[in-house]
Amino acid sequence: MNKWFSIIINDNFCKGCAICVEICPKDVLAMSKDANPSGYLLAQVIEPQKCIGCMECELHCPDLAIEVISLKDATISTRK
Amino acid sequence: MILNKYLRPEVFPTPFCPGCGHGILLQAVLRAIDELSLDINKMVFVSGIGCAAWIPSPHFAADTLHTTHGRPIAFATGIKLFNPSLKVVVISGDGDISAIGGNHLIHAARRNLEITVICANNSIYGMTGGQVGPTTPMRAKTATTPQGNPEPSFDLCGLVRGAGASCIARATVHHTRELIKYIKKAFTHQGFSFIDVISPCFTQFGRRNKEISGASPAEMILNLKKLCVHVKSSDELFTFKQNDKILIGEFVK
Ligand code: SF4
Ligand code: SF4
Ligand code: SF4
Repeated sequence: MNKWFSIIINDNFCKGCAICVEICPKDVLAMSKDANPSGYLLAQVIEPQKCIGCMECELHCPDLAIEVISLKDATISTRK
Repeated sequence: MILNKYLRPEVFPTPFCPGCGHGILLQAVLRAIDELSLDINKMVFVSGIGCAAWIPSPHFAADTLHTTHGRPIAFATGIKLFNPSLKVVVISGDGDISAIGGNHLIHAARRNLEITVICANNSIYGMTGGQVGPTTPMRAKTATTPQGNPEPSFDLCGLVRGAGASCIARATVHHTRELIKYIKKAFTHQGFSFIDVISPCFTQFGRRNKEISGASPAEMILNLKKLCVHVKSSDELFTFKQNDKILIGEFVK
């Protein structure tokens, strides 16, 4: 577990494009072998403890399917 | 998600192909609105026809107008003249805005009409089957130029600058934080503002041009980092030349 950030993937919205997996600088995410009802292989969180909350995955998801939640600081934002 | 309040949840998932850049632009526009605390009920989003025209309509929980091919800027002009208190935003594709509706674009820029035009530029006609367009790079393969495009492409930022636009930027969906910054600038600019947003289409462009795009939608988005050069000053957006590189940056008069 990661006490700072939690990542939520919406299985109904995800289309398995793997952009989040490729863009994550810490290899937190990977593609799973499970498909959602539409047949898309989903992204999944494999190493949550490594997440640094950079938001790159969320900002680059074309389907608004991944969300980074800050557990300690409510002001996490897209602003650098 | 913080963007939920701007969305119509019942229309998701989006109609876009997996990994389409347009979804990234969709959220960037909403994040700009959120960061500026704009009232989305006082905004009108106008789009034409094509994949990019689906960015605001039906996803945004706001007034949206999905108009005929190439004409969103004409409709937007009417809305702005009728009710100048509304913030009017055109979001549509490169074929729609620069080819079929190219005349509307240059005259809105010339009039310095206070609207924002966001051009989701995937350099091809995506929805209709991948035909060559005026923004297709030279030598790129499309359904109608299988041997490579023999014509040079349009620099849309240069075009609107020549027509008199006062706030111009080019960004990509890879450089999301900059993209949000430019959209915010455009939304607060008094006068005509234009953003050329490079938004990859793997389905129609990428899979025909894997040597420049990479092998997947994700690679195509990541490759933008290598393909782009940030200009140092605003004039360089029009004067600086580097072979096969996309110039990104802003120009404000
Ligand atoms: S970027 Fe979004 S749609 Fe693509 S795999 Fe990741 S969560 Fe799924
Ligand atoms: S917030 Fe950053 S580190 Fe965490 S999963 Fe997303 S991209 Fe990876
Ligand atoms: S055809 Fe291209 S632009 Fe249209 S939704 Fe698919 S990837 Fe996006």
